[in-house]
Amino acid sequence: MRHIISLLMENEAGALSRVSGLFSARGYNIESLTVAPTENATLSRMTIVTSGSDEVIEQIYKQLNKLIEVVAVMDLSEGGHLERELMLVKVRAEGAVREEMKRMTDIFRGCIIDVSDKTYTIELTGACQKLESFLQAIDRSLILETVRTGASGIGRGDRILKL
Amino acid sequence: MELTGAEITIRCLQEEDAEYVFGYPGGAVLHIYDALFTQDQVKHILVRHEQAAIHAADGYARSTDKVGVALVTSGPGVTNAVTGIATAYMDSIPMVIISGQVPTYAIGEDAFQEVDTVGITRPCVKHNFLVKDVKEIASTIKKAFYLAKSGRPGPVLVDIPKDISCQKTEFSYPASVSIRSYNPAQHSDLEQIKSAVQLLLAAKRPMIYAGGGVILADASKQLTELVHLLGFPCTNTLMGLGGYPATDKQFVGMLGMHGTYEANMGMQYCDVLLAVGARFDDRVVGNVKHFNQEKRKIIHIDIDPSSISKRVKVDLPIVGDVAHVLNDLLAELHGSQKKPDQQAIAPWWAQIKEWRGKNSLVYKKSDEIIKPQFVIEKLYEVTQGDAFITSDVGQHQMWAAQYYKFDKPRRWINSGGLGTMGFGLPAAMGVQLAHPDAHVACVTGEGSIQMCIQELSTCKQFQLPLKIIMLNNRYLGMVRQWQQFFHGNRYAESYMDALPDFVKLAEAYGHVGMRIEKPSDVEPALKEAFGRKQQLVFMDFITDQTENVFPMVQGGKGLSEVILAEDL
Repeated sequence: MRHIISLLMENEAGALSRVSGLFSARGYNIESLTVAPTENATLSRMTIVTSGSDEVIEQIYKQLNKLIEVVAVMDLSEGGHLERELMLVKVRAEGAVREEMKRMTDIFRGCIIDVSDKTYTIELTGACQKLESFLQAIDRSLILETVRTGASGIGRGDRILKL
Repeated sequence: MELTGAEITIRCLQEEDAEYVFGYPGGAVLHIYDALFTQDQVKHILVRHEQAAIHAADGYARSTDKVGVALVTSGPGVTNAVTGIATAYMDSIPMVIISGQVPTYAIGEDAFQEVDTVGITRPCVKHNFLVKDVKEIASTIKKAFYLAKSGRPGPVLVDIPKDISCQKTEFSYPASVSIRSYNPAQHSDLEQIKSAVQLLLAAKRPMIYAGGGVILADASKQLTELVHLLGFPCTNTLMGLGGYPATDKQFVGMLGMHGTYEANMGMQYCDVLLAVGARFDDRVVGNVKHFNQEKRKIIHIDIDPSSISKRVKVDLPIVGDVAHVLNDLLAELHGSQKKPDQQAIAPWWAQIKEWRGKNSLVYKKSDEIIKPQFVIEKLYEVTQGDAFITSDVGQHQMWAAQYYKFDKPRRWINSGGLGTMGFGLPAAMGVQLAHPDAHVACVTGEGSIQMCIQELSTCKQFQLPLKIIMLNNRYLGMVRQWQQFFHGNRYAESYMDALPDFVKLAEAYGHVGMRIEKPSDVEPALKEAFGRKQQLVFMDFITDQTENVFPMVQGGKGLSEVILAEDL
């Protein structure tokens, strides 16, 4: 099952490699991993999307906690949470397709952030599923490149991950 | 007064009361060696290969309750040390390794003897540091010792670039340390202690299974008291030997792949299992599915939450320091209205007695050829069970574990988790330095000993009167045994040809060498060797080439599917 794990760690050189190293050494899946500093400059927050049986997820949670530089870990999928991912898609946009592509972008509440005579670059934010749906809704042959940030997650309401 | 980074490093070791540092000099650690040279509080033991430095620090740590310390140079110094570090990591041994690094301005330029030490060692240390500011050396080393010893112990590496070790700053050693992201558990939840006691007292077929955690936590006394109070059978893992006295009547022997019949059957068919500082690893429970076919309640005490329900699902986890938890359990038991009911478990003991009757450690005696088991039995007798025994890895290791009855903790020193050949001799050096007046024997084979044999030179330099008990069967015995069982007797590369004359070799290093070829010579030779209190004696026992280790639970099999010697 898919899980979104959020963690706070010391914002130190090499900390990211301890997490990614743990996943590869123990054979855990990483679907996506994002990391950036928080409002507290000494801490980084990481969101890892992974999948596995309950036993594997339990081990991932414990093994992450065991890393010396990890301050706090939360499995967001255990409760109410929000998930957002940013995607940039560059598409070929010429002739009749130009109008169609604009319409689809509006339907998905995206915006076109760069225009050339032959291309659009579309920015889209949402849960992973929404981004997938957009890619399926447009003509695949028109996609020139896509870049995605991977999911960031946060708990709903009082579910707060902090020091 | 300002000190150099190198001087600060040594001052830190002094502050930590490090008695010995095991190491090997090189370019990147020259400043640190220079600082060592001008003091005599911390004694340096010069090994002949960095792997041995780590094993020696490891043996020192295992035989005491102290942190082992090693010092190696950058590049090959570190890569040579990796085997030792991984060995210590797998067995949770507290250790601090100081490594030199190329100067900070050269890092990343593929400098001479540069290697990404933090990257290479990351998967086999509890934690590691690269010090980039001379002002951080003292606080980093303080943290390193704290991390190494607290919680689940382990090796911690501090990498110090050469320019940092010669820059100067004021020295002050932090009095205490706290790391906000690191808070190992100490005491356990009292509710869980209560539940555990209820489960234990209701057991009809109980079993206590204790591992290396008991030894690391210095909790043998508490474990022994608990086992006696409950009247339950107790088994030890390979790492736990000595954690419970082997000559006690409630001891059912070691369990696992080469464990006794009664220990493995007891483990399989118990209804309540108390696991103490052990981790249900593959060499202990074998096939987990097979193990889970029998229903039992499992209580698991461990300092490391990630050890709990990793391979075997447990019903009642108790996370905490083993000694603290056992104290809590004892207090709860003493205060409990309900007392352990020996009548209720009498049928279980009768069953265990029946299993014991199989006499699973019996072997065919011989007057003509030396049986390896016989050597260990005689070693036990001659040393009156009171020696420190280190071992390498293979058949000899299993025989030592099976036939030397360890009554005290920290007397059995072996590489259980990683299974590192070459461990025994350097580990014994660390043990002997920690216990200068004790008998220290290294049980080894002609395969393993050659992996760190250069340390005979270190032993000469530091006058370490070890006794090397080499069971020489001219085979990589455990490999040969598996080839016999699983590969149709095709002994691929497991025959040890062109062996040196070990007696002459020992003499060449300045030691005493003995070759023993007849069973009747075993005991007199051992007596003579242990009588030579000032000398290292290298004993080359020519043993039965085809002897196998039994009992054996084959890989992928369950504990009750054990093969006994009599089955073949």
